Amino acid sequence: MHKARTNPFITVGMHGALILYTLIALFPVFVILINSFKARKAIFREPLALPDSDSFSLIGYQTVMRQGDFLLYFQNSMIVTVVSLFFILLFGAMAAFALAEYRFKGNLLMGLYLALGIMIPIRIGTVAILEMMVATGLVNTLWALILVYTAQGLPLAVFILSEFMRQVSDDLKNAGRIDGLSEYTIFFRLVLPLVRPAMATVAVFNMIPIWNDLWFPLILAPAEETKTLTLGSQVFIGQFVTDWNAVLSALSMAILPVLVLYVIFSRQLIRGITSGAVK
Amino acid sequence: MSVPRIRWHIIVFLAPATLVYTAVMVFPLFNTLRLALYSEVEQARVFVGLENFRTLFFDPIWSEQFWNALGNNFWFFLIHMLVQNPIGIALAAILSHPRLRFAALYRSAIFIPTILSFVIVGFAWKLILSPIWGIAPSMLDAVGLKFLFAPWLGKEEYALTTLALISVWQFVGIPMMLIYAALLSIPDEILEAGEIDGITGMSAFWKVKLPLVLPSIGIISILTFVGNFNAFDLIYVAQGALAGPDFSTDILGTFMYRTFFGFQLQLGDPHMGSAIAGAMFAIILVGVCIYLFGIQTRMRRYQL
Repeated sequence: MHKARTNPFITVGMHGALILYTLIALFPVFVILINSFKARKAIFREPLALPDSDSFSLIGYQTVMRQGDFLLYFQNSMIVTVVSLFFILLFGAMAAFALAEYRFKGNLLMGLYLALGIMIPIRIGTVAILEMMVATGLVNTLWALILVYTAQGLPLAVFILSEFMRQVSDDLKNAGRIDGLSEYTIFFRLVLPLVRPAMATVAVFNMIPIWNDLWFPLILAPAEETKTLTLGSQVFIGQFVTDWNAVLSALSMAILPVLVLYVIFSRQLIRGITSGAVK
Repeated sequence: MSVPRIRWHIIVFLAPATLVYTAVMVFPLFNTLRLALYSEVEQARVFVGLENFRTLFFDPIWSEQFWNALGNNFWFFLIHMLVQNPIGIALAAILSHPRLRFAALYRSAIFIPTILSFVIVGFAWKLILSPIWGIAPSMLDAVGLKFLFAPWLGKEEYALTTLALISVWQFVGIPMMLIYAALLSIPDEILEAGEIDGITGMSAFWKVKLPLVLPSIGIISILTFVGNFNAFDLIYVAQGALAGPDFSTDILGTFMYRTFFGFQLQLGDPHMGSAIAGAMFAIILVGVCIYLFGIQTRMRRYQL
């Protein structure tokens, strides 16, 4: 395709605008990270300077490690996120397969019922969820969070996955049936491996909101043993407001895991969004 | 016709998702709406009909807080629509330029705030805007605008707008990505046809591309609406459950939390909390219906 040459001024303008916005997007993160490695005096004297041999200090991280149980919080967040994702993907894929594969009475209705939850936030039902978790003794356990996040993630997962499952070739499944495979084997052995990219998209979409959620950990599992990293850092920072070293270090420690996850999964995430999975 | 037999595998495939979804999401949702019709009198649950809603809307003690939170919530939403979405569209338009270098790099970097939790975002901005640390005033000083500085988060007039802009900063990546995807999916033939007719550059954006991505803008608007009327975390982290100064940043999410969970001197009241949740549900439902029946069906979709 032949296009008119781009005016160099426009190119410079475009890069200028993007660089400016990138700076705005990254500046706060950058300031927090560099200052977390500085001694208290340096934080206030020259907040924008990089830490040097003079101002370098790990005192904030030492306080965080001593006072807060960040390893435990991290582990809790990890368990909740991974187990929730597992159930969202397993249950979501199973339901999506049933809706995409079989014709039965109520198929459309079932699909609509499951899709309702895409638009209605689960937080609206918090009062009754808390009552239920108290009644079942699940309050202050990680299971309460896992159940809520699984329920919250299922509608979109079923919706996206059933779109993809409709594209799996019928010939393949029918060949399996002729060979005498059960419907379960067809699902687990033939179909699931083929929709792996869609599963990855669903996983990445759900991962960040689950990891970052503050509302449900605060209400359903605020006990010390079940605090997630998000809630743990919120409480910690609330207690140490005046200890700037500790606050900055705690923030950095909360940023780091998400940033690592993002670097690993960003291509998947961006491909998922741009492939129109959410249309 | 053979006798219809139960195909158990369909039930097995559907059961886990349906059970969890029904038990943890749908049932509590309706149960919350039901609880809104009760009240606690002498430690017993009594059916009071719509009394709680009457209290919420008309009793001066409650209604003042409720309308304040609702109004603040609309302002919060308005700022997102007026700032976040235009910036997102503009960034997407630049990024989708066919011969732009480093587009992937810019895209990934600008998306980073979106993946951070509200706790990080709230505290980070609180520190940066803090007059004690002085990053914001000294940076404004560097460009000669120091007189503009005020403790924005601490002033009633500015606090809500400041928080809305922080939230915009965080979520600009989402409209950017969705519009970017929509812009990329426009076939070259359409743009070339426009070029032959002399429509290039900015006018190609306004006359050809923008109408074609309107459906995505509609989706973004409804996502923003639902997200904003359900927001809580950022305000809670930055201003606490009292949504200070003097409730000037109170939105429905924080109002519901305070009411149902209790805070400091105020005792928790699950029934009033449910009533607020019911009001939020109604607002979100109205928004979603306006979108589904009023906007989406009328929007012209172009066959691409």
